[in-house]
Amino acid sequence: MPLAAGGLPSLASDYFQFFGLQRKLTMDLEDLQKRFYQLSRLLHPDRYQRKGADEQQYSLDATAILNDAYRVLRDPLQRAEYVLKQEGFEIGEQRSKDVPPELLEEVFELNMALEEMREGDASARPQLEDARQKFLTMRDEIDGQLVALFTKYDASPDKSVLSEIRAVLNRRRYIRNLVSEVEKELAPAQA
Amino acid sequence: MSTFQIDFGENKKRIIGIDLGTTNSLVAYQSLTGPEIIPGADGDKLVPSVVSVARDGQIVVGNEARKMLITDSGRTVYSVKRLMGRGLDDVKDELKLFPFRVAEGSESVIQLQLGDKTFTPPQISAEILKQLKRNAEEFLGEDVTQAVITVPAYFNDAQRQATKDAGRIAGLEVLRLVNEPTAASLAYGLDKRKEGVVAVYDLGGGTFDISILRIHDGIFEVLATHGDTHLGGDDIDNLLLRIAIEDIQSEWGEDLSGNGEAVQMLRRAVIHAKEQLSFVPASVIELTYNGKAYQREITRDLFDTIIADIVNRTLLPCRECIKDAGVTVDQIVEVVMVGGSTRIPLVRKAVEGLFFSKPHTELNPDEVVALGAAVQAGILSGAVEDQLLLDVTPLSLGIETMGGVMSRLIHRNSTIPASATETFTTSVEGQRNVLIHVLQGERELVKDCRPLARFELRDLDPLPAGMARIEVRFLIDANGILNVTARDARTGKEQSVDVKPSYGLTDDQVEAMIRESYEKAEQDFRDRQVREIRVEADAILAAVEKAKRSDAYFELSDEERKAIEQAINEVLLVYHSDDHHLIHAHVDKLNRVTAKLAENMMNTAVRGALKGTKI
Repeated sequence: MPLAAGGLPSLASDYFQFFGLQRKLTMDLEDLQKRFYQLSRLLHPDRYQRKGADEQQYSLDATAILNDAYRVLRDPLQRAEYVLKQEGFEIGEQRSKDVPPELLEEVFELNMALEEMREGDASARPQLEDARQKFLTMRDEIDGQLVALFTKYDASPDKSVLSEIRAVLNRRRYIRNLVSEVEKELAPAQA
Repeated sequence: MSTFQIDFGENKKRIIGIDLGTTNSLVAYQSLTGPEIIPGADGDKLVPSVVSVARDGQIVVGNEARKMLITDSGRTVYSVKRLMGRGLDDVKDELKLFPFRVAEGSESVIQLQLGDKTFTPPQISAEILKQLKRNAEEFLGEDVTQAVITVPAYFNDAQRQATKDAGRIAGLEVLRLVNEPTAASLAYGLDKRKEGVVAVYDLGGGTFDISILRIHDGIFEVLATHGDTHLGGDDIDNLLLRIAIEDIQSEWGEDLSGNGEAVQMLRRAVIHAKEQLSFVPASVIELTYNGKAYQREITRDLFDTIIADIVNRTLLPCRECIKDAGVTVDQIVEVVMVGGSTRIPLVRKAVEGLFFSKPHTELNPDEVVALGAAVQAGILSGAVEDQLLLDVTPLSLGIETMGGVMSRLIHRNSTIPASATETFTTSVEGQRNVLIHVLQGERELVKDCRPLARFELRDLDPLPAGMARIEVRFLIDANGILNVTARDARTGKEQSVDVKPSYGLTDDQVEAMIRESYEKAEQDFRDRQVREIRVEADAILAAVEKAKRSDAYFELSDEERKAIEQAINEVLLVYHSDDHHLIHAHVDKLNRVTAKLAENMMNTAVRGALKGTKI
């Protein structure tokens, strides 16, 4: 890390840089964790208790960035969204409201079943359980696609790959919302 | 060769570790060989978290106060931790079970009426902290001003702030609030070989926490935490108490529930029976009151049935926590048991059933949290270098957005310090203030979350609607407490933020309490000095009166005798003053003018001794 005035390393605002990593969508999680622990030992406020106010503030700010960065980078979806945002793509929850065309029929039937469940008709339960299973399988397929796209982007960072990734992420988010809605109906006792 | 460095500079001050518990509190320090509990003057390591205000206004803490629970129940507070950082609505039901009264005007902070005075929960806790501070100072032989205090992991911002306030009122700089299960894991993980994922199950007097950590190479990383700040041994006591009160009503035809003294006696009997049941298959709740006797046998089977619900209530947070930690049960290598209630066999059985592994119980569940607090104190002072705690925030933090929806900024189980930045703007032309409502909780709607504070951005430059750009940074520090700063994104100017906590004390109120506590301490000190000098005056007056009857007195000149008489009168005159300097001055004068008399008496005594006669 470069040194700022006062001998304290200046704080990189880029999460990859903060960890001394190149910007890649695939991540060696074990290595990331090792770096996180190392940086924590170096920056954590516990290590600055006997230091001056400036250094304490520095430690607090640095650790907050470190923790925020770790949280984002260790999660493949948040990591991808982070890179998308950096590349000027807009990430919005609104987009997930548009039903992907290939799911239209599926979603229509699902909504009917959900309606029945909410009205107390338990006969829709098997149908919902089927749907849940189907969506979970879809989600796993999407995760496979993402891994492939991540590798593709890392080999040659191209904006067209990023927009593909964004489309897949939106689809995934849509499906995740469906799954959680179905799960909410299936297990109301635990709520 | 290594040498011990002794440095009494400001920066090397010793930091103590405090477990401020619902039922008992402990203080510990990091010795050269490791963490150690500091006992009180009575030799007890546990200081009961009980505070009593005696009729003369004197404040009594610990074992002595516990006795007053029975004799002076209306002036004695226990389990005050359950009231910390809470509003009246939160604790309405359980206040019915407490013998003390709540004063008028308890909307944002509960006020307890003890005798003719009112106390807030942080002030009561401060009295416990002061006692622990005194114990540490006496034991260590030095002033103690800095501390690490533990809190339940599931404590929200207001409850943490209240604990910090209590420290300040007690004259302690609280360098860190540490979550209790995490502290326990520090004490448990002292053994360097410990590695892997562990769960800490902490069922205390009033709170329940479950935390899952990864221990790796001295780093204690909390993966997730869950809990219930209103679940603990107290609830078991209350169940048994209710049964006993009903029994007695049907046996004696008398309702004891309104009788503070009887209820406290019965509470003690119930606790005794409960504690015994951890070791024997049956015990008896016994009460003798007003010449009548009550006896009720409780078998462990019956006890297990009574408490099954409470034990089950701890299991759901455990399952949630495992899920949030992203681990499977078989990845958890060990379960550490913390808190007195984990001695209960049914609790151990339930934990074993859930985690498929025998819980770890070698550490004393009452002491392990305080020991961990001392380790954390050692980390902060630099005495412990190889360990580091990475803790999380137990609850999500968010702000109110359109339609009463909570918009989450920092998710629960985020490693702290954690931050989030949000840009705010105005909705009306020329708007000068923006109000931000900050909440804590996991629900979607504002009404289901806990209001934390209202922040007001003030004195904005008047601009067309939507033009202002105020960047607000929410930062949860290493204590789990929220800090807010704001900046005008257009000008880069620091923007003032006005904080109004929804529950708890304002900074001004805390300052006033610190002053009051400090003034009281000064007053106490002055009173003691006056009492001491009066004792001295009594002694010299008595001695002079006696000497006036001796021959030596008559050997003095008239002037000398006159000076003595005058000095005596002066002492008597100032005797009842509350200025100890004044009394001191006249006592000194009397000492001076009687010096010759004392010398004469000594000589007379010597002469008499030489003659072999008694005088």
